[in-house]
Amino acid sequence: MKVRSSAPSLRERIADAVPERFFWDRAARLCVNDLARGTSLGGRLAELKGRSVVVATSSQLTSALALIELDGVARRVTILPPDTAAEHLGALIACAEIDAAVIDDGTLDHAVLDLPVRVVCAPTIVPAEQHVLPHMPTEWVLLTSGTSGVPKMAVHNLASLIAPIGAGPPLDGAVVWGTFYDIRRYGGLQIFLRAVIGGASLVLSCAGEPIADHLARLGRCGVTHLSGTPSHWRRALMSPAIGQIAPRYVRLSGEIADQAILDSLRATFRQARVGHAYASTEAGVAFEVDDALAGFPADFLAHGRDSVELKLVDGALRIRSPRTAARYLGTQHASLRDGDGFVDTGDMVERRGDRYVFAGRRGGIINVGGLKIHPEEIEAVINRHPQVRMSLVRPKQNPVTGAIVIADVVLKADCARSGGERQIKDDILRLCRDALPRHKVPASISIVPALDVGATGKLARRYG
Amino acid sequence: MSIKLTIMDMMKEIAREHNKTLAPLRDDLVLLDSGLDSLGFAVLVARLEDSLGIDPFTSAEDAMFPLTLGDFVKVYESAQQRAVA
Repeated sequence: MKVRSSAPSLRERIADAVPERFFWDRAARLCVNDLARGTSLGGRLAELKGRSVVVATSSQLTSALALIELDGVARRVTILPPDTAAEHLGALIACAEIDAAVIDDGTLDHAVLDLPVRVVCAPTIVPAEQHVLPHMPTEWVLLTSGTSGVPKMAVHNLASLIAPIGAGPPLDGAVVWGTFYDIRRYGGLQIFLRAVIGGASLVLSCAGEPIADHLARLGRCGVTHLSGTPSHWRRALMSPAIGQIAPRYVRLSGEIADQAILDSLRATFRQARVGHAYASTEAGVAFEVDDALAGFPADFLAHGRDSVELKLVDGALRIRSPRTAARYLGTQHASLRDGDGFVDTGDMVERRGDRYVFAGRRGGIINVGGLKIHPEEIEAVINRHPQVRMSLVRPKQNPVTGAIVIADVVLKADCARSGGERQIKDDILRLCRDALPRHKVPASISIVPALDVGATGKLARRYG
Repeated sequence: MSIKLTIMDMMKEIAREHNKTLAPLRDDLVLLDSGLDSLGFAVLVARLEDSLGIDPFTSAEDAMFPLTLGDFVKVYESAQQRAVA
């Protein structure tokens, strides 16, 4: 008899699930239950036992299958998001001591292909006897979506990842999850795990698929629970194909949900429960708000919920719970948790009546449709213009991307008198377009007489 | 210049800046099929606010984003009428 040292692995949970459920992508539909007595790894799972494995497949479906097989078998699984820059692969492989890769037909990167053990994952499940592999707790390593540089590697385990799942609304009837997210990021991984643990089916997104096709596919698969960021949802609401889905549960996470998007979703899906979750790769899911109002009840901060404790330090939210990541891999990063075990989210909140609302990022990081921006980077480009004295890049609320960047510019005294503002604005925009990716180019530039400089000598930045 | 022409000129300008190809601008053009992506529309809304002084989406209570170019123009036309009234 096998002695179980920890909670059941994902494959064991598949085996326990009785009703048939499916994973769909654009090309395939698989009955996941088959994985209980089958393999997608060509029967080579034993070669990955005890190794530090990177899942570097091109498709989400093969990533999903590989994760189910690897949990409880590999020592460490690093999940590579599809947009990971090739130049960072070497550093990530060294940092996580990766010695094996799961790849598929579409995997491109040579740094991964140089690893000593490479196992191909196919988007099919073939019957295979499961040799009893020793059950070891697997570390799940997720990459953070930083602003630039090598992504940080946050270490979770299956327990921390699935801890939020019991706390959500109960699943009633046949559930088909869908996600606009990629499951190789924390927000999407939550939905993948919800489907696996909850015995539900899952409709995966596909890179490059037009939104109308994706919505039609979600409709055909009968999606009942659908998740995405506010930006994903704003884009979906712009498609006439939105009428092809009728979810019972609409979920937002990954960005701050404002009241406008919550109201739009409630008006579009009158039968659905609309909820937003506050989560990050490091902090895990901190809480879910189901009253369709922006922000969260002040009571959450006072009393906590579901073993999650919140506190404010200098206006920023900190979280302590069994759902947070344990640490970062590598020695160059500051500790992921503070001395008391709280994770600093960097999100500023403000009290408004009996609720807290989000008031932007500490340090002024701006989120444009899920892409994070340091305003200083853009200001540095603007300030290269010979007639610019100083500049302030700030977020402006936007109905499509949540926020967009705009710039206030102070000109040198002689230039301000000489006129030609239109020409200077055009020159500055050209400078930005040449030096920066599109989402960092200010949507508009205002010439202003002065900017506030605080007592510390720094530009006064307002959050929000 | 009419609101419609302002919007169409700005769409062409943004498409040029973002290296996108615009579809022929007709009233029944679905915005998602126009050639501009989310960021393009985000910039369009921000610039329209600069030039017209209105942002009908963040100020209104029931701010559903329109699906077609014709509806998009109508949202701005009726917002401007409200602003003048």
